[in-house]
Amino acid sequence: MKKTDKRIITTSPQIHHAASTASIMWTVTLCLVPAGIWGVYIFGLRALTVVLVSIASALLCELLASLAKGKITLGDGSAFLTGILVGYNMPATVPLYIPVIASAFAIIVVKWSFGGLGANWMNPALAGRVFVFFSWTGGMTTWKTPATWAVDAGTYATPLGAVKAGLMDFTGKAQNSLDFLSQAGYPESSMGHAVAEWFSGTLNLSLSPAKVDLFVGNVPGCIGEVSALLLLLGALVLFIKKIITWEIPVTYLATFSILVWIFGGTRFGNGAFQGDLVFHLFSGGLILGAFYMATDMVTSPVTRKGMIIFGIGTGFLTFLIRFYGSFPEGVSLAIILMNIFVPLINKYTGPKRFGYVKKEKGK
Amino acid sequence: MKNLMTFPKGGVHPPGKKQLAETREIKNAVIKSVSLVPMSQHLGSPAEPLVSVGDQVREEMMIGKATGYISANIHSPVPGTIKAIKEIYLPNGVKTKALEIEMEGEFDRLGKKREIFPWESLSKKELLQILADMGIVGLGGATFPLNVKYTIPEGSKVEYFVVNGVECEPYLTADHRLMLEKTKEIFEGLAIAHRILSPERIILGIEANKPEAIEVMSRAAKASDLPVTVVPLKVKYPQGDEKQLLKAVTGREVPSGALPLQIGCVVSNVGTIFALYEGVVFRKPLIERVVTVTGGAIKEPANLKARIGTPISALIEECGGFSEEPAKIVMGGPMMGFSVYDLETPVTKGTSGILALTAREIKAASQTPCIQCGRCVKACPMGLNPTKLFKLIDHKQYSAALEEGLQDCKECGCCAFCCPAHIPLVQGMKLGKRVSRIVVKKGKA
Repeated sequence: MKKTDKRIITTSPQIHHAASTASIMWTVTLCLVPAGIWGVYIFGLRALTVVLVSIASALLCELLASLAKGKITLGDGSAFLTGILVGYNMPATVPLYIPVIASAFAIIVVKWSFGGLGANWMNPALAGRVFVFFSWTGGMTTWKTPATWAVDAGTYATPLGAVKAGLMDFTGKAQNSLDFLSQAGYPESSMGHAVAEWFSGTLNLSLSPAKVDLFVGNVPGCIGEVSALLLLLGALVLFIKKIITWEIPVTYLATFSILVWIFGGTRFGNGAFQGDLVFHLFSGGLILGAFYMATDMVTSPVTRKGMIIFGIGTGFLTFLIRFYGSFPEGVSLAIILMNIFVPLINKYTGPKRFGYVKKEKGK
Repeated sequence: MKNLMTFPKGGVHPPGKKQLAETREIKNAVIKSVSLVPMSQHLGSPAEPLVSVGDQVREEMMIGKATGYISANIHSPVPGTIKAIKEIYLPNGVKTKALEIEMEGEFDRLGKKREIFPWESLSKKELLQILADMGIVGLGGATFPLNVKYTIPEGSKVEYFVVNGVECEPYLTADHRLMLEKTKEIFEGLAIAHRILSPERIILGIEANKPEAIEVMSRAAKASDLPVTVVPLKVKYPQGDEKQLLKAVTGREVPSGALPLQIGCVVSNVGTIFALYEGVVFRKPLIERVVTVTGGAIKEPANLKARIGTPISALIEECGGFSEEPAKIVMGGPMMGFSVYDLETPVTKGTSGILALTAREIKAASQTPCIQCGRCVKACPMGLNPTKLFKLIDHKQYSAALEEGLQDCKECGCCAFCCPAHIPLVQGMKLGKRVSRIVVKKGKA
């Protein structure tokens, strides 16, 4: 037996877990695909164009930026993921220059000006979305009517938008958001009705068609955010693969739910503890945000304690913006605001070190 | 058996791969005509050669003498002639003198019935002297001289003597086989250790992936007069590390920078106990040990009793050679072992395994920047923040790294094992420890 140069020499450990940065990024991307297919189904091929344009411009920017640094990094999958998330955060009718600018802002300004993957302190896709949202608010808030509605109008307000706008000069009486929407004649899909009937007929459970529409995604909204059902299925895979852990999504949704439950009913003249949880959990970008964006490893804390603080803060801010802000939706802003606190959270939530209990007390 | 004990913080679950070799009985390995015996096979200062080129040596003759307090004697594994005294690099990067011995003449001990020395009437001091004479060191990995470890200073008391049958490193099965095949000998070794240390209790920790060993050892414990308890443990790496093992079986935490004795504990590996038995009962120096030769690229994995100084190529050949071209050859376990390129590297007292790993097993990938996933932080059993330490070392902030607990890192490899960015975290820690020692010393001077 002779020496060979082919053998690898490294420091320990000599074996490795199967996960790599690329495998994580591509798995998250794959888990997002079903929700996107649903978006294309209800908003048409135009939605596909938007997503593809977002991805292509993200990849192009990553290529240029990484070439400038001397190493092509397209293979790690992070730019593709940013691109798909930018696309998912666009309405289907958006003028195509908007996703291009959003992706470019995300990749070049937010990510690469700080040094590329791992160095950014804000979620690139969300920062890109927020940037174009405030710059071209009109284009970013025109929503295509889902194909599953039997409605003639080409565009329609999102459920959250309809509630926020409608409540401004509302003088009547409504129990909650869904009641308000149904009074205002907000459309419902035939699929929603069929599922609700099946539930009441077969399982003897009463379920409103509007709730089914929200959960399945028969509502106007951003391309990738509408189907809570398919996003949750993807998130389940991420949990099983241990790519995301419970801390951020659970504390995020729990904080938000508790606040909605306590205070959410007051704007309809109800007392405390009568908020409409289901409506708020499954509308807007909450599910997409809680499972796919707030959990972004780069821009969330590293310890369990830190993640819990981060989740609580995000839930609180989302509630605050949704209920008391001037915009109907607060998920993106809440997450990037909390992103800013991550270095601070990391600083004060270090892990508990082994073998230090007695020593500290002794001092 | 559902609520097995383990250590609470961190740890990882690498694929066990014990099935490759766990059913193979220990057999004697071939003795090659040329042995290469390094003078530094233990923690502490290297031994000083007692022979020069051309000298005749006999089997089990002392050829290297311990120098200083923490050091160990070295004995000749074979009869023969000293051909050369070389300077070699060991896989862990240590440069040491090594004696090349060409086998010649008759074996005095091999294949002959050994004399049994009664030990019951010996004092603690005499027993410790025997351990020193026989060059016995801890065989769990650290190779700490056993006589030094077992010298209990005045005023200290051993409450728990914890015996490490965990063998948490994947692939390795040497300790497992020893527990199955040398149960009686290990218990006699325990009796000797009990005599030296006079602990209140002896706890034998075995991970639950070795049910046969747990059963055999429990039965022996029941039959024994010693206060031995066998504790099955939940499988988790690095449970075989003494700090984690003590936390798991006693609930006590060794304070940072201290030895287990501070919390009333002494830990020894089962392999060490067997060496201690042979050393005291047969006055047999540590010239051979059980080595697990295994891995996906080894044709017929085995547990071999190999003489110190045997080139690893001989052991690999004895296992049928390679079934495919290995991507890595490792001495020791896959988590803390060293990769080697030279197959003439000799077996030393610390060699617990020889692994020939395929590319599928090592799962190498290219390095990307840190993505702050926090997996290393969750995995670190010492509660450190490996990614932060790595960055501090990278930026030469050594005193900040020391404040963050760099010295608590024991290079178990959990962080680097699970890092999706494939950052060589352990390499960073090793480097940081060495450089910080120099830099901080200079800063103070």
